Amino acid sequence: MTPLMWSPDIWWTLFGHFLALSLMSIGGAITLVPDMHRRLVTDAGLLNDTDFTSAIALAQAAPGPNVLFVALMGWYSGGLGGAVISMVGIMLPSTTLALAVSRWVSTRRHWLSVQAFQAGMIPVTIGLLLATGWHLTPPIQTQPKALLLSAVIALLVWRTKASLIWLVAAGAMLGGLGLV
Amino acid sequence: MPDIIATTDEASLDRPRSLWHLFVAFSALAMQGFGGVIAVAQRELCERRRWLTPQDFVELLSGAQVLPGPNVCNLSLMIGDRFFGWRGALVALAGMIAAPMALMLILAWLLGEVANVGHAREVIQHALSGIAAVAAGQIIGTVLKLAAPVKDHVLGWPVCVALASLAFGMMAWLHWPLVWVLLGLGSGTCIGTYALLRRRASSKGSAA
Repeated sequence: MTPLMWSPDIWWTLFGHFLALSLMSIGGAITLVPDMHRRLVTDAGLLNDTDFTSAIALAQAAPGPNVLFVALMGWYSGGLGGAVISMVGIMLPSTTLALAVSRWVSTRRHWLSVQAFQAGMIPVTIGLLLATGWHLTPPIQTQPKALLLSAVIALLVWRTKASLIWLVAAGAMLGGLGLV
Repeated sequence: MPDIIATTDEASLDRPRSLWHLFVAFSALAMQGFGGVIAVAQRELCERRRWLTPQDFVELLSGAQVLPGPNVCNLSLMIGDRFFGWRGALVALAGMIAAPMALMLILAWLLGEVANVGHAREVIQHALSGIAAVAAGQIIGTVLKLAAPVKDHVLGWPVCVALASLAFGMMAWLHWPLVWVLLGLGSGTCIGTYALLRRRASSKGSAA
């Protein structure tokens, strides 16, 4: 793979796959990882296992929405053009739908059913978000110090106005030095 | 409109001055969001810039996650739309994606170049796991913060805590697909809330 490669065939294939996956991505594109692996690695052979896994790991750690791992998969398969077209594919359908639905809802804020939805979903959303955090916490058996770090960070974020970016820098430093 | 949950001084809220301001704000928050953007989005939009109340934030997030697509991207669409219509929606989304995407592609390219130099790969991998631990902590801390408005919720806070624990258990222990949790627990909760709001509205009507 070279960054500026010209490969419209690969781009079209990527675009088609991500377009098809977009509307299934309830809960974020990360829920579709098994399906993406089947399509891109096993069936189409566009990228290998190592690149597939490192695309996810890098996007989790780098700033920005996690969906950017899709851009990385495009990058490893088809260079810069692949990255851009993959993002357009995964975002276009879901964005159109989200905008249409949220507009429909916001003109009907006085409806009792809309209010019931907005209020009723709050506790569920909080539980789901907590599960996301839980999913990311390091396992206690192998990384007890990293788990302690997570706990301290949770307290700092909850109770103080500590700058989030410095907390990340501290985590990268402790990790890089092999302390957690 | 009935007060479902106590609103936190709506009057003192601020708003973006222009599309450019919106773009810069979303780029800035996306670039600070390591391992996920929700924690930073809550901090920036509710506390620092004061464009939304925590209440607004959870409501929009609820809508954003029921729809397909990354929830922070849906969230930025909705917030942009609220202030500047469809142009605002696109600008906020572009802000969320453009800068971090450029940075990440540069990183991927550099990593490809330096991966085999000495211990570089090993050090980078350890640094990434440190960042992952911090990201987990940030999300949990944000949840604890967002849980505060629940004390005035129409269902009452004990019910809310039970529902949140149930949603958590279904995802974290039972590993149910999110769609099931949303359809099963989510729809049940919404119907219950609807019945309660309805009864409250009719009793208010008969008292007047």
